[in-house]
Amino acid sequence: MSAPVIDIRRLVTRFGTNVVHQDIDLSVAAGEVVALVGGSGSGKTTLLRQVIGLLQPDAGQIRVFGQPLFSGDALADRRLRQRFGVLFQQGALFSALNVFENIAFPLRELRWLDGAIIRDLVMMKLAMVELEPRHAWLMPSELSGGMIKRVALARALALEPELLLLDEPTAGLDPDRSAAFVSLIRTLRGQLGLTVVLVTHDIDTLAALATQVAVLGERRILAYGPLDHVMNVDHPFIQNFFASGRLQRAPDVTVR
Amino acid sequence: MNAPTVSFDREGAAPVASLQGDWTLQGLEGRIDALRAALDTVEARAAARWDLTGIARIDSLGACLLWRIWGDRLPATLDAGEHTLAMLESASALGVRSRVTPPTTSFDSLAALGRAGLSFARQIGDLVALIGQLLLDLLHIARRPQDAPLREISANLYKTGVSALPITALVGFLIGVVLSYLSALQLKTFGADVFIVNILGIGIVRELGPVLVAVLVAGRSGSAMTAQLGVMRVTEEIDALATMGVPRSLRLVLPKVLALVTALPLLVLWTSSAALFGGMVAASIQLDMSYGFFLDTLPRVVPIANLYIGLAKGVAFGLVIALVACHFGLSVKPNTESLSSNTTRSVVSAITCVILVDALFAIATRHIGLPGG
Repeated sequence: MSAPVIDIRRLVTRFGTNVVHQDIDLSVAAGEVVALVGGSGSGKTTLLRQVIGLLQPDAGQIRVFGQPLFSGDALADRRLRQRFGVLFQQGALFSALNVFENIAFPLRELRWLDGAIIRDLVMMKLAMVELEPRHAWLMPSELSGGMIKRVALARALALEPELLLLDEPTAGLDPDRSAAFVSLIRTLRGQLGLTVVLVTHDIDTLAALATQVAVLGERRILAYGPLDHVMNVDHPFIQNFFASGRLQRAPDVTVR
Repeated sequence: MNAPTVSFDREGAAPVASLQGDWTLQGLEGRIDALRAALDTVEARAAARWDLTGIARIDSLGACLLWRIWGDRLPATLDAGEHTLAMLESASALGVRSRVTPPTTSFDSLAALGRAGLSFARQIGDLVALIGQLLLDLLHIARRPQDAPLREISANLYKTGVSALPITALVGFLIGVVLSYLSALQLKTFGADVFIVNILGIGIVRELGPVLVAVLVAGRSGSAMTAQLGVMRVTEEIDALATMGVPRSLRLVLPKVLALVTALPLLVLWTSSAALFGGMVAASIQLDMSYGFFLDTLPRVVPIANLYIGLAKGVAFGLVIALVACHFGLSVKPNTESLSSNTTRSVVSAITCVILVDALFAIATRHIGLPGG
C-alpha cells in the first residue's frame, strides 16, 4: 500500500470562538473517490479549502502527496499545487478569457510548452469533457451552467493532476445534466487514474461516484467508509441524512 | 519518477525504437526538446517497430507529442500497454480538432468597423431612452410625490457633494495661486498690475471653476456611479430590485442625476471662491495688492452674468456626468472585463462631453457678460 494522497492529522479549525473542526483525522488512499457530506455549517467546504491550501488550519497538519501545503519554499508549494486540480462550485472561469484561453492558462503558466502543443492539449481536454472544438471560442458568459462545469473541469485537468477536488460538482444542474456530468467524472477517473475528493449534498451523486464516504458533524468525522457501511451507522444525523435523501429520490422513481 | 528516454536497437535490417519512463507533464519538463530531437532522426524515421511497453506512465502531453512526431497516425507496428494505447487513441481525435480555427472571415476589419458604428448608434439610442425614462419618472413623481426617492437623493448629495468639498477646495486654491502667479509675472512687465483682478475674475468664475469641478467630479463620482451600477448588474441586484416592483431608473438613476445637478453648481461656487482666494493671496504676495482692493474691484470688473453662466454650466455638467455614468453603469455586461472597461469609458466620455458642452456654452454666451460684448 502506497502512502496516502491526503493525510489530515488532528486538524482544528475555529472561526472566532466557534469551533468547526476538533481533532479531525482523515486519510485518503490513492485511487479512492471520497465524498465529504454533512449538514450546512459542518465545515465540509472549509475542510476542502484547507486541503487546497486556501485556508490554513488553526492547529494540526495536512499533508498532500506526503508534503505539507505550506512548506515555506515558494517553488515547492507551487509544484505541489500543480499536482492537483480544483473544480469550484461556480466554475470560477476567468470571465475576461474565452474557453480556449481559460484551459490554456495553466499550461501557459508553466512557460516551457510551445503554442502548437498547448493548442493540441487544449483541444484534447475539450474532447475529454465532451465539448465541441467550436465551443473553444465562446466567452464564459455565453455558456450554459453545464458547459461552465465542463470547461472548469477541463481547466482543472489541464495540468494532468493526480488528485481532483470537486466542490459541489452537480449543484445547479438539472438531474439529467447532473447524471451526465457524474458519468463523465467517473469515466475520466477511470481513464486518468485520479484520486477524487468531492463535497456534495446530492445522494445520487454520492451513490454513483463515491467509493468512500466521510460524514462530518458535531465537529468531527462521524463515520468514514464505503457507502453501505456508513448508511448503517446508528447515528441520528446519518440516519436522517440518508432517509431524507431517499425521499428526495422517490418522485424521480415514480415518474419513470 | 523515471525520466522519459528513447533507445534504438538493431534487429535485422530496421531498428526498433523503444520508449521508457514517464511520458508525463512532470517527466517531460526540461527534456521535451531533447526527446523531440532524438525522435526526429533518420534512425527514428526508419524504425520498423515501436516498443512502448517500457512506458511507466503517459498523459495527454506525452500522447500529443508522440502523435505529432508520428505525423498524425499510429506507426504500422506498435507494442504498447492498454493504458498507453487508450491515451494515444484519445490523441487521435486531434487530427480533425486542431484544424478548427477561430471563426474569421476576410471582411473582419470591415465588420469591426460596422460593429463599432452600430454600437455607437445603440449607445446614443440607449442614452436617449434613459433621458426619456428620467422625464417619465419626474412626471410620475409630480403626480405621486410620496414616491420621490428622497433618502437616495440625500445620500447621493452627501457622497458627491459634501465629501468632495476638501479636494475641490484644495485643487481650486492651488490653481488660483498658479494662475495668479503666472499672470502677475506677465502683467508686471506691462505695468498692468490691476488687470489681474479681471483676468482671475472672468477666467475662474466663467470658465475654469466649472470645468475644474466637472473634471474632478467625473473622475471621483462618475466612476463610482458606473462601478456601483455595474457591480449591481453583475451580481443581479438590479434584477432583484425589478422583481420587487422597484423601478431601477426611479430608484438608482434619478437620485444620482438630481443629486449631481444640485451639487455641482454649489461645488462650482465653492471651488471658484477657493480659486479666487488663492489668486488673491498670490497677488498680494507678488504684486503687493491688498485684499481690500481685490475684493472691492472684483464685482466692478466682473459682470454678475458671468456668475450665472458659471452656475448654469455647473447644472449642465452635472447632468452630463450623471447621465453618462449611469448609462455606462447600466450597460455593463456580467463579467469583470466589461466592468473595468465601462468605468474607464464612463470617465473619459464624461470629461469629453463636458468639454463639448463647455464649447457650446462659449459660443452661445459669447455676447453676454464680457466687456467687449
